[in-house]
Amino acid sequence: MADNAHAAAADHAAEGTGLVFHPMDQFKVQPLFGGTDVSWYTPTNAMLWLALTVLAVFLIMVVGTRGRAVIPSRGQSIGELAYGFVHKMIEDVTGKDALVYFPYIMTLFMFILMNNFLGLIPTSFANTAQIAVTAVLAFAVFFAVTIIGFVKHGSHFLGLFWVTSAPLAIRPVLAVIEVISYFVRPVSHSIRLAGNITAGHAVMKVFAAFAGLVALSPLAILGITAMYGLEMLVAFIQAYVFTILTCVYLKDALHPSH
Amino acid sequence: MATESHGAEAVAAGHAAAESAGMPQLAVETFGNQIFWLLVALVATYLILSRVALPRIAAVLAERQGTITNDIAAAEELKLKAKEAEAAYEKALADARSQANEIVEATRAEIKADLDAALEKADAEIAAKAAESEKAIAEIRANAAESAAEVAKDTAKELIAALGGEVDGRSVTAAVNARMKG
Repeated sequence: MADNAHAAAADHAAEGTGLVFHPMDQFKVQPLFGGTDVSWYTPTNAMLWLALTVLAVFLIMVVGTRGRAVIPSRGQSIGELAYGFVHKMIEDVTGKDALVYFPYIMTLFMFILMNNFLGLIPTSFANTAQIAVTAVLAFAVFFAVTIIGFVKHGSHFLGLFWVTSAPLAIRPVLAVIEVISYFVRPVSHSIRLAGNITAGHAVMKVFAAFAGLVALSPLAILGITAMYGLEMLVAFIQAYVFTILTCVYLKDALHPSH
Repeated sequence: MATESHGAEAVAAGHAAAESAGMPQLAVETFGNQIFWLLVALVATYLILSRVALPRIAAVLAERQGTITNDIAAAEELKLKAKEAEAAYEKALADARSQANEIVEATRAEIKADLDAALEKADAEIAAKAAESEKAIAEIRANAAESAAEVAKDTAKELIAALGGEVDGRSVTAAVNARMKG
């Protein structure tokens, strides 16, 4: 109680300067219908925006293509564009034999893309800024790739770490480096996405706080606008990067020889 | 209004400060909730895409590819047909031209033959007419000489008689004949 009062007093002091920064509050997981307890099944803002993501994917990929027209409508073109984009990416990066994994990679791409864009709606909740979410996605890719590698190639999959094109003397050293880099992959894979989205959203929030100052508000609004444009780009690029890295990792599993 | 919202913010901020300073993303107590709903959303997305959207789009793309291939094949066929038609047209044109030439030649030969025949006939007629005329002229000339001789004899006899001479028919005739020969 005394602690709370103390904190409130500190906040009032901050308000006195006219600037209140809470750039990270937007990433808090909160129950939708009041209360503070968050158990595993509580409907939260995270759940709401995940549901809206699924809805967005449904609208674009199913409702948009309902015409099944040979000459596509605008909505159908978007769905076909997304389909062709990921299909071609898998073909180019991983090879034709990876097309059996197309639905999974397409799921990843559409899910991350829609989350990134929905997260850009003001007052929304960006799920891809959550390390818990991106870590699950990245580790799912990591385990899937490792399992596919061992199932398809058995112990030959370990050849991935034994660089036969290097001189024999430095191969053990390279093997250690390769193993480390292999296990760092899911970490960098998840933090890259969450970090990019978190940073962009936090910067916009900081600009928004500055907009409260009359003298700085035009600059702050300009800054928000510019950052928003940049974040639109980041939203797409990060979804693309996550997907193409998945394809690259999958290529290692399917064709482990360098 | 402004003070109210500020108050609410301050309370929220106080809670945040109490819960975790820094990144709410690292609040482990919400991970279970996030991961559970994430898995639900992922499975839903996967089912939507793999069961409905992707087969549908794949079918549409395949159909489009088929249509395009068919259209291109049809276009090739039509092109071939057009070429055939053009060749046939050229051939017909050449045939007609050669036929026309033949007709022209035949007609020319026919006309020439007719013309030659007519000319020959005309020549023959002219020759016949000329011969006839010559004959007539010769006759006229002969008649004229005879008449002149007779007139000369008669005239000479009359002159001799008028002059009081004795008319000797034989000598007069001989004299006239000698003169006529001239």
